[in-house]
Formats: sequence, C-alpha cells, structure tokens
Amino acid sequence: MVVHPKEQRIILKHADEPGYTTDIDCYMKHGGYEMLKKAVGMDKQAICDEVKNSQLRGRGGAGFPAGVKWSFVDRKSGKPVYMVCNCDESEPGTFKDRQIVHKDPHQLIEGIMISCFATDCAKAFIYIREEMPKGAEILNQAINEAKEKNFVGDDILGSGYSCDIVVHRGAAAYICGEETGLIESLEGKRANPRIKPPYFPAALGLYMCPTIVNNVETLCNVKHILEMGADAFAKIGRPNNTGTRIWCVSGGVKRPGYYEVAGITVGELIYDICGGPKDGRSIKAIIPGGSSMKILKNGERYTGKDRDGNEYDWGIEDIPLDYDGIAAAGSMSGSGGMMVLDDSVEIPVALANLMAFYSHESCGQCTPCREGSLWLKKITTRMVHGEARPEDVDLMKSVADQIEGRTICAFGFAVAWPVQSYLEKFEDEFREFAQRHSRTGGDRTAAKELACNH
Amino acid sequence: MNLKPETLAEIEEAIPKYPEKRSAVMPLLHAIQKDQGLLSNEAAEWVAEKLEIEPIHVLSVITFYPFFRQHKIGKRHIRVCRTLSCAMADGSKVCDKMLTEFDTKLNEVSPDGAVTVEFAECLASCGTAPVMLVDDELYENLDESKAEEICQRIKTEAIQA
Ligand SMILES: Cc1cc2nc3c(=O)[nH]c(=O)nc-3n(C[C@H](O)[C@H](O)[C@H](O)COP(=O)(O)O)c2cc1C
Ligand code: SF4
Ligand code: FES
Repeated sequence: MVVHPKEQRIILKHADEPGYTTDIDCYMKHGGYEMLKKAVGMDKQAICDEVKNSQLRGRGGAGFPAGVKWSFVDRKSGKPVYMVCNCDESEPGTFKDRQIVHKDPHQLIEGIMISCFATDCAKAFIYIREEMPKGAEILNQAINEAKEKNFVGDDILGSGYSCDIVVHRGAAAYICGEETGLIESLEGKRANPRIKPPYFPAALGLYMCPTIVNNVETLCNVKHILEMGADAFAKIGRPNNTGTRIWCVSGGVKRPGYYEVAGITVGELIYDICGGPKDGRSIKAIIPGGSSMKILKNGERYTGKDRDGNEYDWGIEDIPLDYDGIAAAGSMSGSGGMMVLDDSVEIPVALANLMAFYSHESCGQCTPCREGSLWLKKITTRMVHGEARPEDVDLMKSVADQIEGRTICAFGFAVAWPVQSYLEKFEDEFREFAQRHSRTGGDRTAAKELACNH
Repeated sequence: MNLKPETLAEIEEAIPKYPEKRSAVMPLLHAIQKDQGLLSNEAAEWVAEKLEIEPIHVLSVITFYPFFRQHKIGKRHIRVCRTLSCAMADGSKVCDKMLTEFDTKLNEVSPDGAVTVEFAECLASCGTAPVMLVDDELYENLDESKAEEICQRIKTEAIQA
C-alpha cells in the first residue's frame, strides 16, 4: 500500500506496513509500550498538563479539548473514576477507528492505559459496535497479551497502579455512540441518552461515578503527545487544530479511503489525495464530518472574518481541512467522515436515504425526535416514490426546525442539520424534483435504489 | 435452558468483569443468542435470575437493540449496508441479487432455511462500499457478480454442513 506524499502518518504509521501484525511482539519491536513505561514513572498531573498543552481535541464528533475534559473530572466525590473508550463508530461515513482496532490494537491499549494512569481511573471499558466482531476478538486477544506483560491489570510495571480493560459489545444501535446513551447501555439498559445537565459524564457518568469518554483516535494521540512532547504536537496542523486527523472519504472520488493528514485543504484531500471525481463526473457537494453534518455545496463562495479579523473568501477546495476551517464554512468536521456527492446524486434522494437511517436510529425518548424523524422519512420517501405534495418542501423545513434544540441529546441536531442545510443549499432542486417525480409515468428505479429504504 | 458448556463458561466469565452485575445483560444475551439462535422469554427470565434483576429489565434491552431478536432467522445472517455511501455504490443491487439468488424477501427466512437477508445501517467501511456482513465476515467492494459468488459459496457450504 502506497502512502500519499501529502499524508502525515502518526497514528496509522505502521498499520498498513507489510508484515506489521496485531501481536504484542510486533508492536514492541516498533517501540510499543515504551511510553507507558515512561508514564508510570511520571507525575500524573504532568501527563494531564502535556495533554492540555498539546491542545488535542476530541476526534469523535464534538471536538472538545481532551485535556480540559479530563480536568472536569469530579475528584471531590471520592467515587471511583471510569474511562470509556468510544469505539461505537456508527456515524455514517466514518471508518477510521476500524483501521486502528483491526491493524494496531496495542496502540489503542497503550493510549488507554496512559490516559487511565494520568487520570487515575479505576477501570476502563472499550465500547465496540456489534458489527465489528473481529475487532472485539482482536482487542480481547491484545488485552490478554498486554496483561501477560503487566501493561494491563494489577500493579502495572510495579507502579502500584492497577487498571483493567473490559471490551463491551453493542448490539447494532447508533445511539450508543452518544456518550450518555453509551453509559446507559454499559449499565445494562436501553441506550436512552441522559439529560445534560446534570448528567455530564465527568460528574455523573457510569454508575453515577465520574467518567471520561473519549474516542479511539483521541486516546491513541495521547501516546504520541507523550512521545513528542506537547509543544511538538501543537506544531502539527494549525493552532487550535493540532495533530493529525484521519479523514475517511467515501462516495464520488477516484480513490476513496482513509488518509491521515494535517494542515491541508479540502481541495488537497479530495482532488490531490483522492484523485478528484470519477471520470465524466463533477463534484456537487460534500458532507464533511459524517452524515449528521451540514452539507457544503461546490461552486459556492464561503466568506467571512476569522478570529483575527482577517477576511476570507473560499471556494469549497480552499476550506482548511480542520475543525475551525470547516466551522468557518458553516459546517463541522465531526467524526472526519467525508461523503462526496457527485453530479449523479439527486440531493432529495440522498436525504431520503439518510432520513431512513435517522428515523430507524432515534431512541424514541423525545417526541420531536421520534415523531419528527419519522415524518421526515415519510415525506422524503413519498417524494422519491412520486407522491410528493405541494406543501412538502416547506413542511420538511418546519418539522426539522421543530426538532432542532428541543431534544435531550444532540441526535436532534443530527436529524435537523441535513434537512435544513440540504434545503437551504438545494431548495430549487427539491422543488423541481418533487414536481418532476410527481408527474405520472416517470422511471423512479434509480431514485428508489439510492434512497434504499424499502 | 439448555446451554452449551462453552456458553455457560462465557457467561460465568462475563459477570465478574463488571462493577455491577446488571452491566452483564448484553454480554449474556450475546452468548445466549449465539447458542440458541434467538432470545426466548425463558432466556430473558434466566438472565434476569442470574443477574438478580426483573425479567422486564432484560426484555426492555432485547426489544431496544436491533441485533437482539426474539424470532428465528436463517442459518446464515446476511446484512447488506443500505446507508448513503453504500447506496451511492449500488448497494441496493447487491441486496437484490442476494434476495433473488435465495428466492427470498427482506427480513424473511429463505424457503430453504439457508439465510435471512436484512439491511444494515452504515457498517463503518464506507471507503470500500458497497459492503455486507455474512455472520462475522465482512465483504467489501461488492458488485452483482461478487454477490453471486458469495451466494454460491454459502449454498455449497450449506450442502457440506
Ligand atoms: C448521535 C451521536 C452519535 C455519536 N456517535 C459517536 C461514535 O460513534 N463514536 C464517537 O467516538 N463519538 C460519537 N459521538 C460523540 C460522543 O457523544 C462523545 O462526544 C465522544 O465520544 C467524546 O470523545 P472525544 O472527546 O474523544 O471526541 C456521538 C454523538 C452523538 C450525539
Ligand atoms: S434526541 Fe432522539 S436520540 Fe436523543 S434522546 Fe431524544 S429521542 Fe433519543
Ligand atoms: S455507508 Fe455502508 S459502510 Fe458506511
């Protein structure tokens, strides 16, 4: 496998090297567990400070600074603190944690153990989605190997610190990726998210104890921060967007895949690295950070003023490929799952596909989310089937607006944002599509196949 | 409940891993479903007693998670991804191919009992779309001819078994 010259592989440095395997000997031959050995000799607070100073931000979705999150842990309660590694990886478009777990599991285990030691966690859980059964097996095997070498378990490397890792398998529900839903699920219940406040995991998490929830990629970064130092880590990428990110690209490009990069633009990723659109096609839009994020339309200008007061005027290809760049363009980098839609994709049909997803995955606790997502599925489906009603486009917007901000968890945004942004950027296409498909006799096979919700 | 010795061993191993017993509901249900093919009311009651909770607590978990089931499925569980990246790569055609090859409908046990074909939501492998899971095995970069090959393999394995 050839790594593109624009890639900067740190997390995935070894993953695709010929001969690199998941066993502990291979990992240790490549310098594995040296950072854990270093960590257990360090002051815990010093490690936390390094993570804070590195400005590492969460790779799971919201992009919250990891070091700051760790500092919120309620120490006064005297209750045990738990660590949860979020490996639910269910956000459509995202497949990076899969690479780490399947190809370099010990890197994750080392990252988890350093993080647990630094934050003095009593126990760690890896919540892995059910649809990655091999991944769960690989992790269990790796944990057993690490236990034999005393990297996990009792009195780790003679430090007096003990911590076990438990792999917990989900059962095919997307909402388990939401951190409080995940916690409920770990407690053996339905994955109904909890309301924040008061249930911020750092205060009232697993078993009502303080809990840190971090994504797989976030925790792997901790090892590298310790290795290179916070300052060197903070020099990768842009300030406030430090370190590399693994971007997952799917859809209408020549070379879909996962690419670890820093400090490049959207254009460099989709044109240079992914080879641009497929032959005879052009790029219509991108969904930058997993299917829940707002769509960015190709051909549009993205303008505004940055934090320092400098004006910017970007085409889609000029958008800096990081948290702040994509936020400045009006969307979010989310989980790093970028879906590319080419000119063969009809936006209303893409939305119908996603609404089938969201209506299926709503946990059902909040009326606006449960009922609203179903309405949106019904409306987009009848549009695809040629049964659109004149009021449908406005109705969709009204339903989405009534979900946004009126729910217990951020799933509500994840339903509303696609609807609102697709309508905002492609309203004419929606109206035209509804009209065209509502005339009798048209061939709707292709639309039905893309909506894929029969 | 007539559980295999290895299932019972798995269950005994799972429970003490958790600070609170109730957390072992999902691992127990996974183990039992693998053993029995589905989760009966008897299983729910058994798990409830084992973990010292009420059967309704177990049932509420079984009915929430799509992977847990109270009905029988075919010998092989085929799940074709239907979400956007796979759909853009003709995942729907792959699914149709599986259905015709086994002469069956979505979510139903095929007439020969060999398979149940279902849709799955994004399987976290969108870069190699379209994809599907056959039991624990992920198949990537599919098209109709690859789907047909996989069907043939499943049919041959069914005869050999
Ligand atoms: C509906 C929903 C689904 C989510 N799914 C995932 C997921 O699959 N994996 C993940 O790491 N975070 C997911 N998140 C974000 C988590 O709630 C949480 O913010 C994250 O795991 C924190 O880790 P980080 O700070 O390292 O990013 C999801 C959030 C929401 C609202
Ligand atoms: S917003 Fe939706 S998914 Fe989140 S708690 Fe409410 S009903 Fe459940
Ligand atoms: S959309 Fe099929 S694997 Fe992600």
